[in-house]
Amino acid sequence: MSEYKTLTCAEVSVGDKLPPQDIDITTGLVVCGALATRDFEPVHHNKAAAVATGLPDVFMNILTSQGLMTRFATDWSGPEAVVKSLDLRLGAPNVPGMVMTMTGEVTAVDTENGIVDISVLGENNIWGMHMQGSVQLALPQEA
Amino acid sequence: MTAEDQKAFEDEIYAFVGREVCPPTPAKDDVNSTMIRHWAEILGDSNPAYTDEAWAKNSARGKTIAPPAMLYVWNQEGFAATTGRAPDAQTALVDLFNQHGYTGVLGTNVKQEYFREVSPGDTVVMAMTIDNISERKTTVRGPGYFFETLATFTNQHGETIGTQRFKVLKFIPQEQPAAAASEDTLKVPTRIASPRGHDNKWWWDACDEGKILIQRCKNCQTLRHPPRPMCGECQSMEWDSIESTLDGEVLSHTQLHHPKIPGYQYPLICAVIKLAEGTNIVSNIVGCEPSEVHIGMAVKGVVEQVDEKTMLPQFYPA
Repeated sequence: MSEYKTLTCAEVSVGDKLPPQDIDITTGLVVCGALATRDFEPVHHNKAAAVATGLPDVFMNILTSQGLMTRFATDWSGPEAVVKSLDLRLGAPNVPGMVMTMTGEVTAVDTENGIVDISVLGENNIWGMHMQGSVQLALPQEA
Repeated sequence: MTAEDQKAFEDEIYAFVGREVCPPTPAKDDVNSTMIRHWAEILGDSNPAYTDEAWAKNSARGKTIAPPAMLYVWNQEGFAATTGRAPDAQTALVDLFNQHGYTGVLGTNVKQEYFREVSPGDTVVMAMTIDNISERKTTVRGPGYFFETLATFTNQHGETIGTQRFKVLKFIPQEQPAAAASEDTLKVPTRIASPRGHDNKWWWDACDEGKILIQRCKNCQTLRHPPRPMCGECQSMEWDSIESTLDGEVLSHTQLHHPKIPGYQYPLICAVIKLAEGTNIVSNIVGCEPSEVHIGMAVKGVVEQVDEKTMLPQFYPA
């Protein structure tokens, strides 16, 4: 038995909304997220390098955004879900001081193959859309 | 650039399509629990499939896995990137764009597909090619070309574990609006300031104090809102006001979706509310799901501070 529950395909319907998440964009998250994903581009840890590109501060790297998007999906689905794909379009940068709100909903359920598609939108409170895309999960057929 | 120059440049860049950026190369470190734990801690991801060995042992997988979004992490170049990337077909292509004025760079899309999960001890082998380059496009950033790299990931058994398509726009930077670089701190946008003129400042001043007033004609007692100098019934310009109880009923409503206006909380419901006193007021409905709002719904208003400078009535289901 497990304290963690994983949704089954039968429990999911098109239109189901995922619980929204507010992510505080801190310097710690931006810099440490870049290092945890081995992304040593200076714009993600050196403010002067980021300012030279016209931004006010260091900004989140793509791999951290990808991580937040999969976390958003699997926090909802539970740990036995298998992530099949992650497709995202990048928008405005996430810079320390912002709050990114993530919302999403189920767009397709393929009960036969246990596949669920989720649309995800991450918007920050200053510049708007940071990322928009979809996550595909394989869910257990029955509990 | 003449048409011939353009053609010569495009011949040069399109020659990169299909070129290898890196041959199949094993990551310097195997998939390992240390890097996974760092990643999970920082991303705030408590998924036990990544870090809880006891749980994972009894799960369908029987062991922990690496977060799928770490697919590209294992083969990252590392700290050397701070002093520039080692030359390869991609850096040569980027240099060629830069030489022709396409100095702007913007990652626009990334798509990863995962075919097989990996666990500590597995080796991730990555190969990358330049998959395609678009025709010249006009974008809001300036004219440019999109190029896409295709990375293919295999494990130590030669099985394909995933792919990544990464699309980058190389563009000629256009004059951009002054960047926010000079600002030390980010300013969170607030709502549009209420317009206070000769005829309505008194109404907003009362709102700041938590009272919603309704203008009343001193001559014929007719109530009116929004504030204006003359009574529409008797043309008297003499008036006083009464305070509303903010009991009301929804006459009509709409949900604002797009474009989102900075400083406002979404979902954003705007409604015309008929107050018990008889006048109408335009305001927001809060405290319920947008789908619950309906014509005829009884609502109760509360004057609240909605941002650092703004007091407004907000209506809740009664």
